[in-house]
Amino acid sequence: MASQQSTDLKAVTSGYKVQPLRHPSRWVGAIVVLLLTLIAVNSMVTNPRFEWDVVAKYLFSTSILNGILNTINLTITSMVIGTVFGVLLAICRLSPNPIMSGAVGAYVWIFRATPTLVQLLFWYNLGALYPELGIGIPGGEMFFSMSANDVISPWTAALLGLSLHQAAYTAEIVRAGIVSVDSGQREAATALGMPPLMTLRRVILPQAMRAIIPPMGNEVISMMKTTSLVSIIAVPDLLNSAQTIYARTYQTIPLLIVATFWYLVLTAALTVLQGMLERRFGRGNTRTPSSSSSLIKWIQTRAGRNSTLTAVRTERKR
Amino acid sequence: MSTPLVRVAGVRKAFGHNEVLKGIDFTVESGQVVCLIGPSGSGKSTMLRCINHLETIDGGELTVDGAHVGYELRGNVLHEIKESEACRRRTEIGMVFQQFNLFPHMTVMENLIEAPTRVKKEKRSVAKARAMDLLRRVGLENKAEAYPRQLSGGQQQRVAIARALAMEPKLMLFDEPTSALDPELVGEVIQVMNDLARSGMTMIVVTHEMEFARAAADVVVFMADGWIVERGTPDELLNNPQNERTKAFLARVL
Repeated sequence: MASQQSTDLKAVTSGYKVQPLRHPSRWVGAIVVLLLTLIAVNSMVTNPRFEWDVVAKYLFSTSILNGILNTINLTITSMVIGTVFGVLLAICRLSPNPIMSGAVGAYVWIFRATPTLVQLLFWYNLGALYPELGIGIPGGEMFFSMSANDVISPWTAALLGLSLHQAAYTAEIVRAGIVSVDSGQREAATALGMPPLMTLRRVILPQAMRAIIPPMGNEVISMMKTTSLVSIIAVPDLLNSAQTIYARTYQTIPLLIVATFWYLVLTAALTVLQGMLERRFGRGNTRTPSSSSSLIKWIQTRAGRNSTLTAVRTERKR
Repeated sequence: MSTPLVRVAGVRKAFGHNEVLKGIDFTVESGQVVCLIGPSGSGKSTMLRCINHLETIDGGELTVDGAHVGYELRGNVLHEIKESEACRRRTEIGMVFQQFNLFPHMTVMENLIEAPTRVKKEKRSVAKARAMDLLRRVGLENKAEAYPRQLSGGQQQRVAIARALAMEPKLMLFDEPTSALDPELVGEVIQVMNDLARSGMTMIVVTHEMEFARAAADVVVFMADGWIVERGTPDELLNNPQNERTKAFLARVL
């Protein structure tokens, strides 16, 4: 079929010179953007207060690298806990038991309606609310107890705050994903004798993934940046490490640039990962994003008279 | 006389205040092909969905292979069955849907072996061998590794029939299996269904394809507004209808 289409195209163009449509306004736009970029780069290079030598000095310093590791660790751990808990919440949310789904609804409401920073401070100060944490009969004897300040270290407070908050968002994303799968899929699985949990795991969730992965990818990236909030409860993450240094040296801007640089690198890496995951879960869907970027296609179509047709042809083939 | 495979007696079903089945009676003997025809909204599809317990009936009696659908009779009390038992019973009834409902994230082969290997715990090799046999039967042995989206509607529906057969059911339900197909693709699905009918499979088919009813059905049941209006052999009902509503309906579709 593809070959027939390309011969059709040849037939249409045979004997004629093809003049592609010109877009002068696009060139004007491109030139303006390039000029603005040049001005920005120029100021970054010439303004001595950027102190690029200080940036270079601290970019790979031990405490900054440790901060990066802590940021990555915190992102992954709270994302994993938040996702697992969130999926469970989503399943409970769709339960036919009204108390169950109502309780999850309340949880989602509370944890989405309060700022992450407030939650982090709350967990950090849990000791003021419950000085003793332990296991026992409610209102009765305690079998085992510990001081809350020992249990809730800054790290646990950060993990609790971030993952419980994330679970509420994940629950909503997963629920929306599950609901987006055509009801005929559940019926077909049921008619084949598949029990509800197997249907969910084997049929519904893999298809829901297509709706879940893109927003979850965004959640991971957003989580990575949200972890910077934990610097306020003295967890030595990337931002906190930079702050600790500039509190001593007063080189605030260069160290914030160091932190910014690493956040950019981490986000870029996560974005690549997100794209890979999206392609992986697009299986069986012909509308997966194509691999070549729009910039490359744009350049290809500019490059020569004939390549316009080549580009069209390859697109059709795909 | 042996008990019928499916016995429907005075079955009622309502969605809210809308009563879609108002007391349906019919039986299907093992090996029979019964076609349910009638205008849309007459309750044919709901009747079919009640038989494999995708819907629960509100009144009357419905038994498959002697067992009450959705219940177990102990003494004089119908006990609602557990989910696991409901699943086991559904494995004995195959169902084919109007919209095919193949699993889009699995290949044709994976669609066919999913339920046999996971629900019936069959060995993969055994399930695969039978799946290949079934794909040959529906003429799609070269499409085992294709994804449903790469197939035409007719091919998808043939895969869906093979998927239902892979569970080795004793009863097959077809819910308007050709209604979502382009006209030129209807024939290939009808042919597979004809072959299946000739092989002795018990089938209940909701359809608008009168040619299939004529060729394959033992009994044709005409439903309208939640009632059975008329029933008979294809020859009696399609060539010599007695009821005015049947006549009016057939005049429109034949």
